[in-house]
Amino acid sequence: MADHATPNPDRYFVPAPSAWPFALTVALVAILGGVSSYLEDKHIGPLPIYAGGALLVYILFRWFRGVALESEGGFYGAQVDRTYRWSMAWFIFSEVMFFGAFFGALYYARHLSLPWLGGEGSKIETNLQLWPGFENAWPTNGPAKLNGDFDTIPAFDVPFVNTLLLLTSGVTLTFAHHALKAGKRTQTILWMWATVALGCAFLFLQAEEYMHAYGDLNLKLASGIYGSTFFMLTGFHGMHVTLGTIMLLVITLRLMSGHFKPDSHFGFEGVAWYWHFVDVVWIGLFIVVYWL
Amino acid sequence: MAHHDHAHDDHAHDHDHEHHGPEKGIMRWIKTTNHKDLGTLYLFFAFTMFFIGGLMSLVIRAELFHPGLQFVDPEFFNQMTTMHALVMIFGGVMPAWVGLANWMVPMMIGCSDLALPRINNWGFWILPFAFTMLLGTLFMEGGSPAGGWTMYPPLVLQTGNAFPFLIFAVHLMGISSITGAINVAVTILNMRAPGMSLLKMPLFVWTWLITAYLLIAVMPVLAGAVTMLLTDKYFLTSFFTAAGGGDPVMFQHIFWFFGHPEVYILILPAFGIVSTIIPTFARKALFGYDSMVYAVASIAFLSFIVWAHHMFTVGMPLAGELFFMFATMLIAVPTGVKVFNWVATMWKGSMTFESPMLFALAFVFLFTIGGFSGLMLAITPVDFQYHDTYFVVAHFHYVLVPGAVFAILAGVYYWIPKWTGRMYSEKWGKIHFWLSAIFINITFFPQHFAGLAGMQRRVPDYAVQFVDWNVWSTIGAFGFFLAQFIFIINMLACCYGWFGRKQGLPDRVWEGAHGLEWTVPSPAPYHTFEEPPVVSDNELTAAHDSVDALDHHKLS
Repeated sequence: MADHATPNPDRYFVPAPSAWPFALTVALVAILGGVSSYLEDKHIGPLPIYAGGALLVYILFRWFRGVALESEGGFYGAQVDRTYRWSMAWFIFSEVMFFGAFFGALYYARHLSLPWLGGEGSKIETNLQLWPGFENAWPTNGPAKLNGDFDTIPAFDVPFVNTLLLLTSGVTLTFAHHALKAGKRTQTILWMWATVALGCAFLFLQAEEYMHAYGDLNLKLASGIYGSTFFMLTGFHGMHVTLGTIMLLVITLRLMSGHFKPDSHFGFEGVAWYWHFVDVVWIGLFIVVYWL
Repeated sequence: MAHHDHAHDDHAHDHDHEHHGPEKGIMRWIKTTNHKDLGTLYLFFAFTMFFIGGLMSLVIRAELFHPGLQFVDPEFFNQMTTMHALVMIFGGVMPAWVGLANWMVPMMIGCSDLALPRINNWGFWILPFAFTMLLGTLFMEGGSPAGGWTMYPPLVLQTGNAFPFLIFAVHLMGISSITGAINVAVTILNMRAPGMSLLKMPLFVWTWLITAYLLIAVMPVLAGAVTMLLTDKYFLTSFFTAAGGGDPVMFQHIFWFFGHPEVYILILPAFGIVSTIIPTFARKALFGYDSMVYAVASIAFLSFIVWAHHMFTVGMPLAGELFFMFATMLIAVPTGVKVFNWVATMWKGSMTFESPMLFALAFVFLFTIGGFSGLMLAITPVDFQYHDTYFVVAHFHYVLVPGAVFAILAGVYYWIPKWTGRMYSEKWGKIHFWLSAIFINITFFPQHFAGLAGMQRRVPDYAVQFVDWNVWSTIGAFGFFLAQFIFIINMLACCYGWFGRKQGLPDRVWEGAHGLEWTVPSPAPYHTFEEPPVVSDNELTAAHDSVDALDHHKLS
């Protein structure tokens, strides 16, 4: 069985036993337990969250490093490559469905619950008995005007700039991919840095926008259904951009230390798929959250 | 190129470990990346959860033995109904299916292991932690969640300290399910042996592929729904608050968009197992293989557009009520195709009645009863009467216990000789079957009548007119629970060689069985197929009913 110690691309790679998945679970549960007790004011202190977080980062680093080294060591044949492609595709599909829940909530509020609260059709009594005087409109913080009056962020302002930033980052990433396939490593790395920079610029503007919303517009999570859907949709998207930027950065650093070949670089492509997915979600957000 | 040398060293080191077999002691199970080890862990975990969830159901049945309050206070009763459901669904049935997929899918399609062995380990080990979190809430201030497993706001938002633990436990179970589903789907799509084209796969593999698709599609939606609950409670959002423009009913829509495909997640692999076992013991090819595949695919598609039949009484627009009623009734068509195919498979077969076959036959009868009561519930005006009564409880327990759980039991009886190399006791298997089949009907059949007469679910007390039905139901539940110990001992005896049970079974344990798993030794070696096997036509589910079928199935 010694043949497994040397790469054999004709056989499917079955990894050795590993303690990383178990340790990753321990880290996750420490974080979630810590957050739970914080939310319920149980004051077991922030230690589990910090320790779990540190452990999480360390494990992810070691685990992914191991995978990168296996890949560079030639342990992955064509079949393993297809496994990663299928897996990434299914994972992105699951992410689409996660965002779908929040887009669905926005649709339901605007097209069903708010018209009903406003007394549309057979729901006239709902309006008359429970919320007299409430008229369906958008944006709204509901019939009880939760958290008081607020202003919204116009679409063709910073959000439009953010749209341009993300779309441009999709283009620079594609340039990097073409350069990688053509074997031009320096160009690849430069285009990757440009992509990372555009991602960071997006995140910076998004953070500015949040501070503006909270500080100047009185637009908060507590601002009824508008604030709820606005911050949860853009917030989860922002978290995905953050993760995507970190992934792009890792790929850039791997490129700089000589990883990937012109004809074999799914690590790069998987992250590119993820980045384009994040991009497409933003287009949806720009249209239905900011614009319409 | 220093990093390349480094990579090589690292791996030479890692791989020296690999081929001395599994690690020793507890670390074998913590670090394992082997599909058989993980399948075993999943199954032991699932049966532990069946035991815990079963104890909870006994608390419920004991309390309902008589009207009035006798053993537990109503708050604790509600915690039991809620936790029983969460434990049985997410801790029992779903991990049991993943465990069976772990064991059987690589053996059935002829590959070395699941596609992502480390992710497989992660998916399993999340579960004991998630359920420790969930069950730990029983000891917290305010008790465990008591608003029902469906977690409807605003009631669920009144949960005590348990609330965030509930939400995060559900998140963790979701991660586990999604990773498990991606793993199985990718294995099936990418790792089949040459010659195992899609329409030649065993039906258990087909049903699991479609189940995996459903899981990947809807578990994230559940994660979204419970995340909204979390932010509504702690971060002042108003998704489910009318005062802020939201709607509590919106939660029900999002939840059941997950929840209805979820019930097919619980039952589709059962269809696969029954479709495997009946041909073996009828000694005939499965009737209508293609139509079985298309029926499962149709059921999966329809499962996405019927969710609101769980909500007929919340005050939906009439058009919605009608659409969801008709869409739901449509599901009876592909389900009927499956039931008739199973019956046609047995027609003029040379039948024998070993334990797996008995459970599979009971499945066909009793699952169909659950299907019929489901059809009754689908009729909107009638559902106004049935909603939230014991009729609903009877319905979903008929599809889940003599449905999903009987199929799990059938699968374990069918394959345990392959897993352990030891035959179970047929005598005790039959005793287990008859006790289970009789007691499960004593438990749940009377609930139809109690429900039709108006007894409400999730209430610890009831009117005296329902006493007789409830006495029977409680006796049945205790009997069913106790009967399962026969099964546990019978199976553990195979695992550990108790009662002098010796290994030494032939490869093809059942003479009528077809499939690649019966071409390898019993017990199957730690790594089943190091090299892709040659798939002979005789082992294919689809091909051995006629020679014409061979040409017909050259789809890939």
